[in-house]
Amino acid sequence: MPHTAITANRLLDGFVIYLTAVGGWSESLADAAIAATEAELDALQAAAERDARAGRVIGPYAFDVQPGADGPVPLGQRETLRTLGPSVRTDLGYQATRR
Amino acid sequence: MYRYDEFDRTFVTQRVEQFREQVARRVSGELSEDEFKPLRLTNGLYLQLHAYMLRVAIPYGTLSSRQLRRLAFIARRYDRGYGHFTTRQNIQFNWPTLGEVPDILAELAEVEMHAIQTSGNCIRNTTADATAGVAADEIADSRIYCELIRQWSTLHPEFSFLPRKFKVAVTGSGRDRAVTAAHDIGLRLKRDADGRTGFEVLVGGGQGRTPILAVTIREFLPAEHLLSYLEAVLRVYNQLGRRDNIYKARIKILVRETGTAEFARLVEDEWAHIRDGDLALPEGEIARIRDYFAPPPHEALDDACPELDAQRAANRAFDAWVRSNVEAHKRPGYAVATVSLKPHGGIPGDASADQMEAVADLADAFGFSEIRVTYKQNLLLPDLRKRDLFAVWRGLTEAGLATANSHRLSDIIACPGLDYCNLANARSIPIAQMISTRFADLEREQEIGNVTVNISGCINACAHHHVANIGILGVDKKGKEFYQVTLGGAADETAAIGDIVGPAFDEDAIVGAVETVVDVYLAERRDAAEPFIDTYRRIGIKPFKEKLYAAR
Repeated sequence: MPHTAITANRLLDGFVIYLTAVGGWSESLADAAIAATEAELDALQAAAERDARAGRVIGPYAFDVQPGADGPVPLGQRETLRTLGPSVRTDLGYQATRR
Repeated sequence: MYRYDEFDRTFVTQRVEQFREQVARRVSGELSEDEFKPLRLTNGLYLQLHAYMLRVAIPYGTLSSRQLRRLAFIARRYDRGYGHFTTRQNIQFNWPTLGEVPDILAELAEVEMHAIQTSGNCIRNTTADATAGVAADEIADSRIYCELIRQWSTLHPEFSFLPRKFKVAVTGSGRDRAVTAAHDIGLRLKRDADGRTGFEVLVGGGQGRTPILAVTIREFLPAEHLLSYLEAVLRVYNQLGRRDNIYKARIKILVRETGTAEFARLVEDEWAHIRDGDLALPEGEIARIRDYFAPPPHEALDDACPELDAQRAANRAFDAWVRSNVEAHKRPGYAVATVSLKPHGGIPGDASADQMEAVADLADAFGFSEIRVTYKQNLLLPDLRKRDLFAVWRGLTEAGLATANSHRLSDIIACPGLDYCNLANARSIPIAQMISTRFADLEREQEIGNVTVNISGCINACAHHHVANIGILGVDKKGKEFYQVTLGGAADETAAIGDIVGPAFDEDAIVGAVETVVDVYLAERRDAAEPFIDTYRRIGIKPFKEKLYAAR
């Protein structure tokens, strides 16, 4: 099984967030909990769904990542852009205030 | 300008307060996302890739300077200092927070604007001829009919839950400036042999994964029957359109599967029951709406303007701008100017709050406070004295809005693509930026002449790539962006769907591919007067294909 992380959008501003190992949510993929087995993924998904039902996050789902020395790297352009923000107007996009 | 009546004002204000409560209930956890989503979409609030996006309706693309200033204020106060104008002549804000959206809607309501029916399976904002009321060749001012359609379609109870979204377009003459053939209903103003005003009615156009051009179901519909006939078309669609498959739910599929003649018969049968009912438009009602759009107090001027001629002769950059961005006006001594939102290397359709205010100031100083949003994602000042054009150009230049590229290659239509959109498969904006940078030489653009380049980030085709002379569609292949090229599409009265040229190009090769297409055109055209589309129609796809794939 490929390594996976869980992402969602935050209720109040829609920003991209990642489920962390301590059961919270972070704006940074570096903080994300990484599942390497089906059982780990099931546990993360269950936690994410609980938060979605409680209204804290919107639309959680799992996506593939490549673990690395500087933290996980998303596979695929869509998740790369969700991690970084738009590749245009980087002066105004959320990366301007976030990273 | 169009105006709210008392009903509009009361309703919109109530709706804002209703949405404020709904947001509070969502934030408190009382409403789930499944419960809240249809409520927010009804108020134009989408959730995109990185944030919420609010789509605000600009009724048939007409804005007063006061309204444009309010959009600038919203961009600055509630967003990140800019907005994005779309092919549907609306504006989108990319970064509103949920809690502030009710405040934004209240700001809009104060200037008679809202975000209702900018989402969902209802009748959306009418696509309009941006030069309505000023075009030299128009049969009648199409804004009158756009406004009648707005009043009829707003909160129409029968048509609030259609099988799929529904878009109407109106153009003021035989020249199609509203892409009528690519809409669910296209209306082309015309006169019959007796001189009566009416419409050619087209139905069943659309893009997306199944691009289809609309077909004519009525050669001439007298104007007084407009609303009853539209109601008949919508009623047939609402009853027979498919609700079981989202990809087959648009009216284009129903018309194609039913057949044009049979669909027209169904509409005529329905219309026979209602044509003389409440929706008939007596001349008095049309005249009442016409008064909303009474021309501004033009001066009696000579059409010749020696001052302008001298300024053009003395300033090459100004002359180039007049040639590409200024069009004829129906009144002598006046002109229509396109405000380019396509700086070379810029984002098509984006305008900063400062730029919006600069355009509002110029409209107040020189253009009767009126602005239009065009299908091509530009703004337009419809009512300028020719002798003021130089001052307008200087003001636009200072604001970075005077690129002399209207209708040229770099006047690219691009959807937000994967940089913002949740549905997209590939980015559109960076491709547009790379192409407009490559073709930034204005003299070269002028040599190439008029050509349309449209870039969509997915098959939903928000940038109308199917009807572009050069269409580019972003696709995802195993997580990597590729771009498919179509040639020969057209969005005007000679509407056509482009032909796919062959295998897709990657991000590094797509700009070169466009350049190759342009080189083939320049080599093959009869002379400089033969535009790209005419050359393509004469020589076909083969010479382009051969050059594009020669090295493979």
